[in-house]
Amino acid sequence: MATIELKQVEKKFAESFAVQPLDLTINDGEFVVFLGPSGCGKTTTLRMISGLEAVTTGNIYLDGRDVTWLHPSDRDIAFVFQFFALYSHMTARQNIAFPLQAQSESRDQITKKVADVAKMLKIDHILDQKPGSLSGGDQQRVALARALVRRPAAFLMDEPLGALDAEFRESMRAEIKQLHIRQEATTVYVTHDQIEAMAMGDRIVIMSKAIVQQVGTPSDVYHNPSNLFVARFIGSPGMNLLEGQYVDGRVMLAGGSTFSIPNAYNVALNQALNDTGGKVIVGFRPEAVRVGDSGEIAAHVYADDLHGGYSMLHFELDDGVIVHGRVGRDSHHTIGTGLQFGVDPAMVRFFHPVTEQAIQPNGVHA
Amino acid sequence: MSDIRLENITKRYKDTTALNDISIQIKDREFFVLLGPTGAGKTTTLRVIAGLEKQDAGQVYFDGASIDDFQPADRDVAFVFQQYSLYPTLSVYDNLAFPLRSPLRKTPENVIKQRVTSVAEILRISHLLERKTARLSGGEMQRVSIGRAIVREPRVFLMDEPLSNLDAKLRESLRVELKHIQKTQGSTSIFVTHDQIEALTMADRIAVLHEGSLLQLGTPFDIYDRPATTYVATLVGTPRINLLNTQRVNGSLKIENSPLEVATPAANTPDEVLLGVRPEDVRLDADGTFVGKVVLTEPLGVETILHLKSGDQILLSVVAGTSAVQLNSEVRFDFARERLHFFGADGTRL
Repeated sequence: MATIELKQVEKKFAESFAVQPLDLTINDGEFVVFLGPSGCGKTTTLRMISGLEAVTTGNIYLDGRDVTWLHPSDRDIAFVFQFFALYSHMTARQNIAFPLQAQSESRDQITKKVADVAKMLKIDHILDQKPGSLSGGDQQRVALARALVRRPAAFLMDEPLGALDAEFRESMRAEIKQLHIRQEATTVYVTHDQIEAMAMGDRIVIMSKAIVQQVGTPSDVYHNPSNLFVARFIGSPGMNLLEGQYVDGRVMLAGGSTFSIPNAYNVALNQALNDTGGKVIVGFRPEAVRVGDSGEIAAHVYADDLHGGYSMLHFELDDGVIVHGRVGRDSHHTIGTGLQFGVDPAMVRFFHPVTEQAIQPNGVHA
Repeated sequence: MSDIRLENITKRYKDTTALNDISIQIKDREFFVLLGPTGAGKTTTLRVIAGLEKQDAGQVYFDGASIDDFQPADRDVAFVFQQYSLYPTLSVYDNLAFPLRSPLRKTPENVIKQRVTSVAEILRISHLLERKTARLSGGEMQRVSIGRAIVREPRVFLMDEPLSNLDAKLRESLRVELKHIQKTQGSTSIFVTHDQIEALTMADRIAVLHEGSLLQLGTPFDIYDRPATTYVATLVGTPRINLLNTQRVNGSLKIENSPLEVATPAANTPDEVLLGVRPEDVRLDADGTFVGKVVLTEPLGVETILHLKSGDQILLSVVAGTSAVQLNSEVRFDFARERLHFFGADGTRL
């Protein structure tokens, strides 16, 4: 297994950046997820690591060895794609054995390795079937088995669950993570699905418009997003973001509600908002909303809905902005009803309205 | 607006039965959702109501009167499809005005202007009225498609997966907006989807269809809290409900391949029972009866999914926030006993 290091790696197509210069170290045994909307540069980055795409400038190291200009097949990396890319005329067993035959391993070795990996992925019983007769989930398991069987230094996975039904995706997600825990193989995984990224990654690299927006653990990117893009992109729904005006330790929201600033932010906001005339963006997650008469913010009920184990209450503020609050499932409200809500002070975040960067609390530097 | 009644509707295509004796009554002003996988019969039901498809048996009533002899155009329904069908060379305004300019309606232009302006406001597209629809984003186009359906105040809206081509964030916000609009406009709406979260969050009532048959009809709370079959139980809720094989031994149900057991729900409980436990009802509890090993954690931010192994059984548990529970640690847990689901061997709720 291996560490992967990217140093000032960039990719340009004609004059436009597909990936802006990027530095990242992926530790041995780590599961790193590249997350972002389509066109953000995540797949291009993965393809540069694999060697399927040449870098424009920069270097890629595998366990300290510079592999930047090595052929993909010489990098000891296995690739799993969204589309299963199985040979339809071969059985599952033959598909899985294929990479080993290419490495001219002995027949006994191959039989044993295929049996081991098939057992781990619980596909022993389908080894003699051809891909066409398998379900989508089983086809993807065979594709995974084919990648796993040759024990590469690292795995690269490009939206491997993207083509599966929602119900399969959930269980395959857990299976791949289980497998990773057992194998401790360095894995780089690309997805546009933030739930998948959160569930699977040790760390998440969030990209947008060819630029890395944040690198962090699921908890980091959820609780302390580095900027507005991350705040919106992570979470379903994303963070509530309200424009406000900072005055004397309070923030005034549209419609006249004011909002007390947690002490930890007072000094920081004073400094950071010097150049905005006090304009600031207040952010908080739906679960930070506290409905009740003591709340400082006035709103009207816009809709409420059941999500299963909980409900969401949606409010409309006076300026038409919709705020989402996560509430107990017994909470029922008529549309249009006026009510008050507050926000758990420990869960409030602030953003600069021009740079869109998070403002760190007093004494903390990004 | 209208109430709609389907009575014993059957529809066959050659040797397949698309709809098998479906009876549903949809109330005036209701947001009614048809939920099921591909091939369940949802779209066929919608097309029978619209008159685009003729049923082989059964009747359709609008406000108590049979409409089976009415042409689609005479049923006064509005359709919103998954693929927006807008006129690309016309402005948003003209697309919205189009249904009102039909020669049959003879709506005066000042009334049209009033309607279009008001609908644009409801859908938050007032700033786009002069733009050609070819230059809109997917979300904006779908708003215009919905606007075009709303603008002429039909007796009923029929919506066939209108959100499924949009990205996750847009789907989320349009879901809320559609529900708000439906509730404030009070229009009878029938909405087809395969997405359980759309059904739960938007519907007044849900009809779960599977292979042409109606499995369950009820409010989102009914469907989620009292699923009629194991199929319905697994169809709604993420992560999926834990379904466990059990054997009755005297007064308790022993969960297969594990030391777990619960009391039988009734004296006449059969020998083999499928026990359903929603992940949020598997609760970490220092005084809990059960012990499990944490074999996987999935931190989603707002909550964490824990995979707990007890014997050879794996149970999913959802806990709030970012859980501090360590991988491979042993935890005590329990079920919310009042929220257990019991199904017979055939999958029917006991």
